[in-house]
Amino acid sequence: MEANKIYPDPLQVREELIQRYPSKVAKKRAKSIIVNDPEIIPEVQANVRTVPGIITQRGCSYAGCKGVVLGPTRDIVNIVHGPIGCSFYAWLTRRNQTRTESLMDANYIPYCFSTDMQEENVVFGGEKKLKIAIQEAYDLFHPKSIAIFSTCPVGLIGDDVHAASKEMREKFGDCNVFGFSCEGYRGVSQSAGHHIANNGVFKHMVGRNNTPSVGKFKLNLLGEYNIGGDAFEIERIFDKVGITLVSSFSGNSTVSQIENAHTADLNVILCHRSINYMGDMMETKYGIPWMKVNFVGADSTVKSLRKIAEYFGDEELKAKVEELIAEEMPRVKAIIEEILPRTTGKTAMLFVGGSRAHHYQDLFSELGMTTVAAGYEFAHRDDYEGRDVLPKIKVDADSKNIEELKVLPDPELYNPRKTEAELEALKEKGLEINGYSGMMKQMTKKSLVVDDLSHYESEKLIEIYKPDIFCAGIKEKYVVQKMGIPLKQLHSYDYGGPYTGFEGAVNFYKDIDRMVNNPVWKLIKAPWQKAGATNGKSKGLEASYVTQ
Amino acid sequence: MLLRHTSKEVKEREGLTINPAKTCQPIGAMYAALGIHGCLPHSHGSQGCCSYHRSTLTRHYKEPVMAATSSFTEGASVFGGQANLLAAIDTIFAVYEPDIIAVHSTCLSETIGDDLQQITRKARDDGKIPEGKHVIFASTPSFIGSHVTGYANMLTGIAEQFAVSTSAKKNQINIIAGWMEPSDMREIKLLSKKLGIKIVLFPDTSDVLDAPQSGKHVFYPKGGTTVSELQSTGDSLFSIALGAISAEPAAIALEKKCKVGFETLDIPIGLTATDRFIMKMSEVANVSVPDEITEERGRLVDVMADMEQYLYGKRVALFGDPDQLLPLTEFLLDLNMKPVHIVSGTPGQRFEKQMRQLLDERSPETNFRNGLQADMFLLHQWMKNDPVDLLIGNTYGKYMARDEDVPFIRFGFPILDRIGHSYFPNVGYSGSLRLVEKILSAIMDRQDRDALEEKFELVM
Ligand code: SF4
Ligand code: SF4
Repeated sequence: MEANKIYPDPLQVREELIQRYPSKVAKKRAKSIIVNDPEIIPEVQANVRTVPGIITQRGCSYAGCKGVVLGPTRDIVNIVHGPIGCSFYAWLTRRNQTRTESLMDANYIPYCFSTDMQEENVVFGGEKKLKIAIQEAYDLFHPKSIAIFSTCPVGLIGDDVHAASKEMREKFGDCNVFGFSCEGYRGVSQSAGHHIANNGVFKHMVGRNNTPSVGKFKLNLLGEYNIGGDAFEIERIFDKVGITLVSSFSGNSTVSQIENAHTADLNVILCHRSINYMGDMMETKYGIPWMKVNFVGADSTVKSLRKIAEYFGDEELKAKVEELIAEEMPRVKAIIEEILPRTTGKTAMLFVGGSRAHHYQDLFSELGMTTVAAGYEFAHRDDYEGRDVLPKIKVDADSKNIEELKVLPDPELYNPRKTEAELEALKEKGLEINGYSGMMKQMTKKSLVVDDLSHYESEKLIEIYKPDIFCAGIKEKYVVQKMGIPLKQLHSYDYGGPYTGFEGAVNFYKDIDRMVNNPVWKLIKAPWQKAGATNGKSKGLEASYVTQ
Repeated sequence: MLLRHTSKEVKEREGLTINPAKTCQPIGAMYAALGIHGCLPHSHGSQGCCSYHRSTLTRHYKEPVMAATSSFTEGASVFGGQANLLAAIDTIFAVYEPDIIAVHSTCLSETIGDDLQQITRKARDDGKIPEGKHVIFASTPSFIGSHVTGYANMLTGIAEQFAVSTSAKKNQINIIAGWMEPSDMREIKLLSKKLGIKIVLFPDTSDVLDAPQSGKHVFYPKGGTTVSELQSTGDSLFSIALGAISAEPAAIALEKKCKVGFETLDIPIGLTATDRFIMKMSEVANVSVPDEITEERGRLVDVMADMEQYLYGKRVALFGDPDQLLPLTEFLLDLNMKPVHIVSGTPGQRFEKQMRQLLDERSPETNFRNGLQADMFLLHQWMKNDPVDLLIGNTYGKYMARDEDVPFIRFGFPILDRIGHSYFPNVGYSGSLRLVEKILSAIMDRQDRDALEEKFELVM
């Protein structure tokens, strides 16, 4: 990469990042800070505990389960069982947009439900209060589904949310009540919660409605959460080419869509980290293959659409896809060409999530910008190194306690959508069927890959590389901006978006152009603070105006 | 309709809280600790809480909010978090070099029964706390009270663990700030200066959570009450606690430990609460009130008199925290407005009593509830039954305001979608003037919007 010429040896950078740590911490962190080589792909330590005391970006399993995966489905009443805070903080803060067809349709996303556990519930158990809360939710709203989320104290005091859910489900008869043991201490980050959510959704929702879905090209969109309207843009595109979206996991989704998901013929996966379990389980149980795609970036969207058309192997679909590309791309091209001179050669760093730090590199390369360093907040080695590494990943104590569902082919519904030979042929053509090759393969040699970046490391990286833009989340936003570097939030998009598809690419180009070229960054120093300024101590003319 | 499932019919609930008008203790503790200079708040529990608290404070202030966590995993949750906290203390002093680590607990560490006093003592005995540095703590279980309780608990911890009384009294007054914004704290300091009174204000988040853009991230910004100021509070003449719920417990602790007498006042929001504050200040410091302050007051009263027709009888719904709601309600009554519905998720009989007393005297028909199930869902239902002209509360109120088409003023915590609260005060006469301006603008903008063409006024 170009960056080599100006930046210090990345191995030295690593030394600098860890030198301040106590020696045990330094040793541990060193394994998560890797100099990339896309040819051989070195091992990255990932999905391990954060060292206590380190200021980390990470959150908890509950956040991954309730906040990420279940939050975007609009017609479930999500009751958080625990003290008030956990539910409060996850209330509307993830920007999952949703669009109901009419005012009559259920939408509980603007609501926050909690059992608001009190001391006596912690001491004597909270199951009774939980059941009262479920009953009250049922009486007030009559929802199709009620989901219960356990927060930290719940597991410790031994409340059985599953038993309580079952009891209420059987009592109601017309409301599917189910629980998640997603206590925040499980696993090492949000990631554990994704897995727990996948298990629960698979067990309690998928497969409940066998009505065949209609359409010629039927797929599910997995790992897309409709932040800033991303799903709306993908839906628009699918609509135009005649692809039927059976369900989405879980942006802009409803319970009945998810219950019907197993009638689709393909699962496309956007965020591999949060939803790959679902892809695997649906493949095993129903014979639906999954394919990794990416709708972040105009070129990536084009590629992904072509892959989907290739999967269905239908000439008419292929033609429609080409038609759409021909229709959409000229506008995108015109805009990027106008912007490119202002962004080309600039550098970016991305430290966020479990897939976006990879996907958004596509958009930056479309902008002519180099990603000099990147890493995930809660990913696993396969998200960095590719799924080939899966058999080599050692399961440690923190991951062991997260249930692996034993899934078998459904005696009636298992129906392989493609034969082994067909799948092999598609893979030959470059389709990532049941596979993902990870972030590092795409990054340049000698770029830096850092897992679970700490606050300290981020400041060091910025000092050393002085990137033109830094991508992370809300906790990092104003820290980095105080350093005079714009920060693009890739969880909340800074309340902008969508960034998927063609419309999204254009939005992103414009936003990044605006951010890296904003005049405000040059206004930080007051005139009297600038080199050569006199700050009132001057002689000469001005002095004669001073009256005292 | 965003809140389309909120029905008019109010049914009593016992188990379910919907749209809470409160959050949990540790975020208050974190906020209070940020008002101490060189202090790094530390959340003793799993990562999620810390991440959520930092995110919420960051969204509210649009500023860096630094805090560390013990990063519990399942092992720590079962066997206790001592090892995690000790390791964290090592790492923090090595990497982030604070003067103080302010540890607060979370539901998790409280449930497993971690004893912060014992662990921090062990840290000291093991030599993990460098010379001249401090580790303080507060127990902040969220299954008791609310974020306000957590703020009070951390402040109490600060007072208990820092204040010392030497034999030499200092000619200064402690002002223990209840939960208020950096702008409010700045205003309190300014008023004290105008009165010519030397104060120690704690905590003090001004110059911390309103830090200037300088091209550098200053990890420990210049603001915050310093350790030596905190130590000196034990020698002060007197303490004024601003807020019965969020500030008084620290004043009590200080009295117990260092025999510094105190009085509790309302946070000076509005005319009468500010009057009481100024009177008390002048009394305990034995100074006369300067004309400058009297004139400030006069300007506020002038506006209240001149614009009274727009305020009279306007029906208001409000939700938030006890120490703000009480003086705010009083102010609305002084403005001749009508508080119709009041809700606070923070439990407590003291607040309930005080508010009842105020309402009984001046507005007995007001709906008021605090504590469990006193949530925004209930408030919204009340609004549907008994509509209002104005809603005052934190950002979450905008969903109700939009659905009911009611003018809305953001006030309280958190405010996630506007700026201003950290820069412009709501306390003192000038803060109250700003509040009146906001109220008038909201009401008069609505009048303009809704006026028939022939009734559209140029001069108002
Ligand atoms: S577990 Fe307790 S401390 Fe943590 S966010 Fe939830 S309520 Fe707050
Ligand atoms: S770590 Fe536990 S207590 Fe904290 S937010 Fe997550 S679930 Fe709640």
